[in-house]
Amino acid sequence: MNRFDYVRPNTIADAVAAATEPGAAYLAAGTNLLDLMKGGIALPSRLVDVSRLAGLDRIEVLADGSFRIGAMVGNAKLAHDTDFAHAFPAIAEALLSGASAQLRNAATVGGNLLQRTRCSYFYDTASACNKRAPGSGCAARGGDNRLHAILGWSESCIATHPSDFCVPLTAFDAVVEIEGKNGRREISVEALHRLPGETPERDSVLEPGELIVALRLPVAARAYAARSVYLKVRERTSYAFAVVSAAAGLVIENGRIQEARLALGGVAAKPWRARQAEARLAGGNADQATYRHAAQAALVGAKPSGDNGFKIELAQRIIVRALTLAACGTPSRIPALPASPFSSLAGPSA
Amino acid sequence: MNLSIGLTVNGEKRELVLDDPRVTLLDLLRERLFLTGTKKGCDRGQCGACTVLVHGKRINSCLALAASLDGADILTIEGVAHGDHLHPVQAAFIAHDALQCGFCTPGQIMSAIGLISEGQASDDPERIREGMSGNLCRCGAYAGIVEAVIEAERHLARTRTERAA
Repeated sequence: MNRFDYVRPNTIADAVAAATEPGAAYLAAGTNLLDLMKGGIALPSRLVDVSRLAGLDRIEVLADGSFRIGAMVGNAKLAHDTDFAHAFPAIAEALLSGASAQLRNAATVGGNLLQRTRCSYFYDTASACNKRAPGSGCAARGGDNRLHAILGWSESCIATHPSDFCVPLTAFDAVVEIEGKNGRREISVEALHRLPGETPERDSVLEPGELIVALRLPVAARAYAARSVYLKVRERTSYAFAVVSAAAGLVIENGRIQEARLALGGVAAKPWRARQAEARLAGGNADQATYRHAAQAALVGAKPSGDNGFKIELAQRIIVRALTLAACGTPSRIPALPASPFSSLAGPSA
Repeated sequence: MNLSIGLTVNGEKRELVLDDPRVTLLDLLRERLFLTGTKKGCDRGQCGACTVLVHGKRINSCLALAASLDGADILTIEGVAHGDHLHPVQAAFIAHDALQCGFCTPGQIMSAIGLISEGQASDDPERIREGMSGNLCRCGAYAGIVEAVIEAERHLARTRTERAA
């Protein structure tokens, strides 16, 4: 780990001022950043510790029924907040399907949103990586790339965004509140992360020193609480990133889909909102034919970035399964194996 | 730059001066407080050998900066027994042969104590396996670990019921 200065400001304004300097990075729990620093991948000259800034650790229900979640609320705390999990069950399930219990206890909402988009070559400092060392090339393009992107990738970078949490946040129109040296602004989670283009070193649209202070879930998204799901295929049942995942929410009346929300994980450098699929679903019958058409629409622009063509078919099957499960209704309790396709099989753990 | 921090470790207040902000909680415990029960396995948050409780919650101490935890209440494997009277999770690990080489065991036990206090798994083996997935055991003692957690969970639930009665 490189040497760095450590500061722990008492106010958001002081934190923003301290983090605006070149080389500075915010520290929340550090579950991603310290890992990157130990690997020599992140080399900040200053850490600005925001983990205990006053007022960022609250989960609030606002007057209109929307939720406002402080950026330093822990992932596990949010997932186990009864009111939140009742209103947004797919988000709670996504949180519990990510990482391990120890990491979920430490990791924060804001930190999860700003973890690095990454792949194994990003972590290997002996490999070429345009994200880690701009202009050095992409070792993943000709390497071991079966888990890499199938949507929105460029020749410069084919890494995927690893967050589970961000997938239903994108589906359900979550918004982040951001403080910067020019004041406060808000953007959707969908607009927060960037596709790689020619500048894969930038994961998000945040400017230097900008700090996410809160996450908001609009009241309209609560309409999906009765029929929503997060489904995630992994290479092992627990403590693994998604090969492909999907967050789905449906509003169904008399067998017809009134409205739908759908986003994919593990397929692109950002959580992928499938708006064309949503448009196909709205007004359709809640049946397999509709789901299959929607799944095809979601993957229209997909192409393999390597040995990962299988993910295009897999993503369509996951979409169909997620929509089928969502239509059946949100389970009363999060399954023993959160978001696992094996949990949805009939049985005592389902 | 020296950083002064205060920690409560296994019930004892400690005032510490860090000469380098890079010190993780794991290295602080092992190298400066000589509490070597907490193990360094991968040092990257993947194996769980370094699991301790901070404010009652299990975390990977290798991925936490000590400076950031100023004021925290820490419980390590050295603090769970009362003298020669083992913690119910420790006793259950022995009773169920839930270890072979023992290197991962302090982390397994701290993780199990955290899991039981979280109250999400109860005695459901599937939920216990899922809840313990952040702790690797290269000897493969997983079957015994799950049995030990089930027994400890039931023991602690009985104790709670008896206290409430």
